[in-house]
Amino acid sequence: MIWTRFVPILLCAVTLLAGCAGVKSYEREMLADPIMSFSRDPLSDQYLEHVYEVREGARGATTTQGGGCGCN
Amino acid sequence: MAVTDSGSLSISEPAVATLWPALLAALGMLISYTATAVVLPDDRTDLLYHYYDGGGVTVRGPAMLVRKSAGDNVSVSGRYYVDTVSSASIDVVTTASPYKDKREEFGVGVDYLHGNSLMQASVTSSKENDYLADTLSLNVSHDLFGGLTSLNLGFSQGQDVVQRVDTSFESDINRYSFSLGVSQVLSKSLLLGVGYEGIAEEGYLSNPYRSARILGASLPEQYPGTRDSQAVSVRAVKGFSSDQRPILSSVRAEYRYFRDNWGIRSNTLGVALQRYFGNRVLGEARYRYYQQSAATFYSDNFTSEMTYMARDKELSTFHSHSLGAKVTWYFLDRKYLFLDRMSLNFSHDYVNFDYQDFTDVRTGEPYSFGANVLQLYISAWY
Amino acid sequence: MFVRAAFKTAAITYVLTALLAAPASQAAMPKIGAAAPDFALKSSSGKNLKLNEHRGEVVMINFWATWCAPCRQELPLLNRLHEQYRKAGFRLLGVNIDERPDAARAMAKNLGISFPVLFDSEKRVSRLYDVNAMPSTVLIDRDGKVRYIHLGYRAGYETRYEAQIRELLKQ
Repeated sequence: MIWTRFVPILLCAVTLLAGCAGVKSYEREMLADPIMSFSRDPLSDQYLEHVYEVREGARGATTTQGGGCGCN
Repeated sequence: MAVTDSGSLSISEPAVATLWPALLAALGMLISYTATAVVLPDDRTDLLYHYYDGGGVTVRGPAMLVRKSAGDNVSVSGRYYVDTVSSASIDVVTTASPYKDKREEFGVGVDYLHGNSLMQASVTSSKENDYLADTLSLNVSHDLFGGLTSLNLGFSQGQDVVQRVDTSFESDINRYSFSLGVSQVLSKSLLLGVGYEGIAEEGYLSNPYRSARILGASLPEQYPGTRDSQAVSVRAVKGFSSDQRPILSSVRAEYRYFRDNWGIRSNTLGVALQRYFGNRVLGEARYRYYQQSAATFYSDNFTSEMTYMARDKELSTFHSHSLGAKVTWYFLDRKYLFLDRMSLNFSHDYVNFDYQDFTDVRTGEPYSFGANVLQLYISAWY
Repeated sequence: MFVRAAFKTAAITYVLTALLAAPASQAAMPKIGAAAPDFALKSSSGKNLKLNEHRGEVVMINFWATWCAPCRQELPLLNRLHEQYRKAGFRLLGVNIDERPDAARAMAKNLGISFPVLFDSEKRVSRLYDVNAMPSTVLIDRDGKVRYIHLGYRAGYETRYEAQIRELLKQ
């Protein structure tokens, strides 16, 4: 499918975007705050992701990386 | 890592062939120069109590995560998780009697920081009376451009043993997963992340207790011996400041597309809004939408026998909405003894599942149910 | 197969961007041996402090922020250096870059910081020195010339600082 080629290109594009960012180290105040992270409480987020994963067909590509019991 | 099966695993590669991209990546890590170093994850301990109630199933239990750094380069973590299940779910009540079960999971991990690379290794072991699962995970994160870009490579391998409580049945599952991610700072207040994860499983992939239906009668399910899946996700966080504080609130949005070789296609969409109220309270509101199309060999009621047959509602066509809120209270926000900060958190998510082609055999109607997910936890940083 | 293609593309992109990035991420901070750019900032004592007033003394400028974990680790160690070498003619200036000076004031008080904290909430001086890492430390000799620059903080850096301070104090 087209989208399977799209992902590596997307990844390249994102890494190359880095040149455009232009954010200085002294401007990183907001980014240092936990509410600017993708997952501020890993244990809680892993639990909630587990609740969904055991009831749904989909899995993977989430911010949390749990041990995965992969239970049926 | 080579699996000499009938070529059904898409991640089955000769070790050598995958070695050279890994070497290239390692070389890249050595070459790239940045002025800012990557840091180890925060030292913290979380004590959580979780509770799930929905669809006739109640699951509750404690969970704990402890992380401590040893020196500047090493961080060690330990994880413990328990699920105590009281199940009278639709699968159970229509084919058997309610049961109680307990699952325990232990995990340990080591993080090693070297220059701008963070290497993580972890082992997790999960045990219940009819299911054992062991997983080994390896992960490398590397910062580029002074930490504005972060590249992530992960690999994990799992082994499950599937049993039945009432017979001597035993079979197993081998699982491999590979993940790739990039996160990029786009501006002072905007962060973007892209991720990919491929999973390949082989073995006994169904549930030994569950049965399929053919013209109203029960018969054992027949599953393929392998399952290959791929997921791609995009996420972004945007922060907002106010006159009073440099960061007041943030919005996070994420989307994931999933497909596997069982024919399932799914879309997941999530939005979360977080806002500080004063100096010590943080509120969060979140919404999640999930939608999937059924596996090719799924049917609520087969009309003739097929090679593969499943009646697992997890493989049916359904969608779910979930709405949740979380409150965090930083009751300790300054140094006290060895502690830097502590918070008390409570969250409630309500999830509604609506099945299109899975029926409740008691009524003959498409099945649906709602569930409440509660979490109460304390976090401490030191 | 798809997975292998993704891995390969990622690895190649990675190496390419790493090679291209290396020159771009180098600091354009003051050159070693050049005169340290002068500046004036409001200090924690309320008065304005000017860098050039300290000509004849060895000056260390430390750029820090409350939201930077290594900075918080480093501050008490810098405080010790300040108290130890003050009498010998060493001046430590902590340039804080928080948007809200109150947070910085509170943290400095909490940690018992005795060296002057200067507030650069508008990032004027950070831009002047092109601060490329947090924290950043600049060591200036008695003639006002930049002699050593340290980017970031790792355990053990304070030993290097001390050796360099002693060397500059002798001159």
